[in-house]
Formats: sequence, structure tokens, C-alpha cells
Amino acid sequence: MKQRATILLGSAFLALTALAFAATRVVAADKVDPAADAKAFQNYFFQKFPNVKHEDFVNGPYSMNADMKRQWQEKEEFPPYEFALDAGKEMFSTPFKNGKTYADCFPNGGIGIRQNYPYFDENEGKVVTLELALNRCREANGEAPYSYVKDEMASLTAYMAFTSRGKPMDIKIPDDPRALAAFENGKRYFYTRRGQMNFSCASCHVQSPGERIRAETLAPALGILNAMPIYRSEWGGMGTTSRRFITCNSQTRAVPLEPQSDEYRDVEYFLSYVANGLPISGPGARP
Amino acid sequence: MASSIRVRATANGDITEVQALIQHPMDSGFVKDSKGSLIPAHFIQELKFECNGKDVFVADWGPAVSKDPYVKFSFKGAKKGDDLKISWTDNKGASDTTTAKIS
Repeated sequence: MKQRATILLGSAFLALTALAFAATRVVAADKVDPAADAKAFQNYFFQKFPNVKHEDFVNGPYSMNADMKRQWQEKEEFPPYEFALDAGKEMFSTPFKNGKTYADCFPNGGIGIRQNYPYFDENEGKVVTLELALNRCREANGEAPYSYVKDEMASLTAYMAFTSRGKPMDIKIPDDPRALAAFENGKRYFYTRRGQMNFSCASCHVQSPGERIRAETLAPALGILNAMPIYRSEWGGMGTTSRRFITCNSQTRAVPLEPQSDEYRDVEYFLSYVANGLPISGPGARP
Repeated sequence: MASSIRVRATANGDITEVQALIQHPMDSGFVKDSKGSLIPAHFIQELKFECNGKDVFVADWGPAVSKDPYVKFSFKGAKKGDDLKISWTDNKGASDTTTAKIS
């Protein structure tokens, strides 16, 4: 009798432990752990390119190819984004019709804060990018919003990035299930294959950085947004992060989304977070 | 509006190296806008660099040159502190000029 009870108890205990183990396993698979993701993401690139200095990844294709890098360094003496930068500086300091300025909308007057964007807004429950914050600032002050893709928006963000050069990317994920969901959604978007070519963002920028795709050298995904906005010779002008996403989508023959749609905001959140610690190098120049 | 011309001229011994970046649309006249109508030709026809009253570099350009052109060349016979005068005129008669000190 006693023995049977012990056996029963013992098997009950065993069953319980098995259950507990199974439960932890399930939780581990489902748990969003951005910090671990970022570490794994960075280590993948650091191991794949042991000769590239960590802070050099933000220079995109130039970190992959010595020849291109030399040409770029020469170009940096007279960077093609210089006109946009000057225009941005002027626009940033010009007051709106109501007398307020961009500086009134941002912490620290908008200077040296690029590394904190995009951030998760707990009131809205969504990711807010720098471009979005700039247009909201304009609308709050009775001005028409700018295009998210180029021209004025690229000039403004170029100036804001320039004042933050060298500062490490510093994206926070608050302890909020919606923020974790946004991060996870961005990650999903980044790794999901789509379009006629069946490419994901990662097919190029994780699997093949440094490789040629036609005449282009692919940039590593690590730190790819630290250089935004960029002057692209291919575009003959400046482009924002939104423009970069749209171009990537259409080049892989996928249907681009609207600038600042939730997925784009989330993928920007994901890519910026995993580049935490790498310096801001924007505005950049790319072939 | 700031000048459309950016210049950097550095004297190294007898040789002066000049780099210039000019902001200009350089429309060839063969490109259509989003509505499908041709963007009229608008390009720099003459670019001139003068130093000590002498032309040191003159370019006769046409529609084939890219937007926001970049020029780099070197010449002899100038020293630090000399003035380098840069000017361009385009096919619409617009022009710009600026003067840079050779450093």
C-alpha cells in the first residue's frame, strides 16, 4: 500500500517534471529576446568578416572591398551629399510660419539625437521613425508634410545624422509586449521571402554581403541604416531609409509598401536595434 | 542661397591641385518627367578657372555631363594665397562665379 503510494507519487512527480520541461521548451521557442538576437546577428557578421573592423560595417559596401573604399575615401573629401547637408542645415534653422522651429519638437533641440531613432512610442503603441517625427512636427505647426522618399526630407535627416556622427546607435526596446511584437514583426519582414525573385532582405544582405549583384557590391545588413540618408549615384541624388526599402522591394520584383507603413517602421526598428553600438555614419554616399 | 560652386585648391610646391563640385541639374533634354513630357535641356556650356589673370582650365560642356559635376585637375604656376576665380554659364544664360584662395 505504502509502496504503491510512493510509486504513484513518484510517477506523478516524473510526469510533472516532464511537463515542466516541455513547458520551458515551448516558452524558450516563443520568447522574443532582442538582446540575444542582436548579439547573434552581430557575431554572425564579425565571424564572417574577421578582417573588417566592427565600426567599419556602417560603411556598407566600402567595408567589403578595398578598391571601392579607396575611391570612396577620396570622394569623401568632397562628398556628393554636401549640397543636401547645407540645405538641411538651413531648413532646420528656418522657423515655421508660426515662429516655432524643428528644434522645439525634439529632445536636445534635435541635435545629436539621430542614434535614438526609431523609438517605440508607448502612447501610440507603434514604432516612430525620425522621418515620421519630422513630418508630425511640421503638421503640428501647420506646415504641409514632406515626401518621405527624398529631397527635403533627405536633407533634413542628413543634417540631423551629421550632428550625430560617431555616436553609437542606441535603440531601446521597452518592456512592453507591443514593442517586442514590433521588433519580432520587423524581423519576420526581414527574413520573409517575397516577390517574383523569391528574395528576402536577408537573401542579399545576410547571405551575400560583399558579393556582386550585377555591378553592385552588396552591403552587409549590419549597420546598413547607420549611414542613412544616402546619396546614391544610381539615383543621382539623396534618398531616405524609406526610399532604400522601396528600392530593395522593387529590385527583387516585390510590391513595395507605402513609406512609413507599419512593416517598414518595424523592419527599421529591427535593423537599427541589431546595429546597437555601431556608430552613426550618415549622411552616406553609395554607388 | 549659397554659391553653386564648391572649390578646394591646394598648392603643393609648384603644383596646385584643384577640386570643384558644381550644383547644376545638367538636364540633357532627352529625359521625360513623371507626366511624360520632355524636361528641356539645361546644361553648363562653359566652365572656366582663372588664376592671376590667366585661364588655367576651360571646359566646353554639353548635355552629356552628369548632374552636379565634379572636376579635378592640377596646374603649375600658382602659389599659396593666390586667388582662383571659377565661373560657369549655361545654355539658358544663367551663370555663377566664385573666388577661392589657394591654400
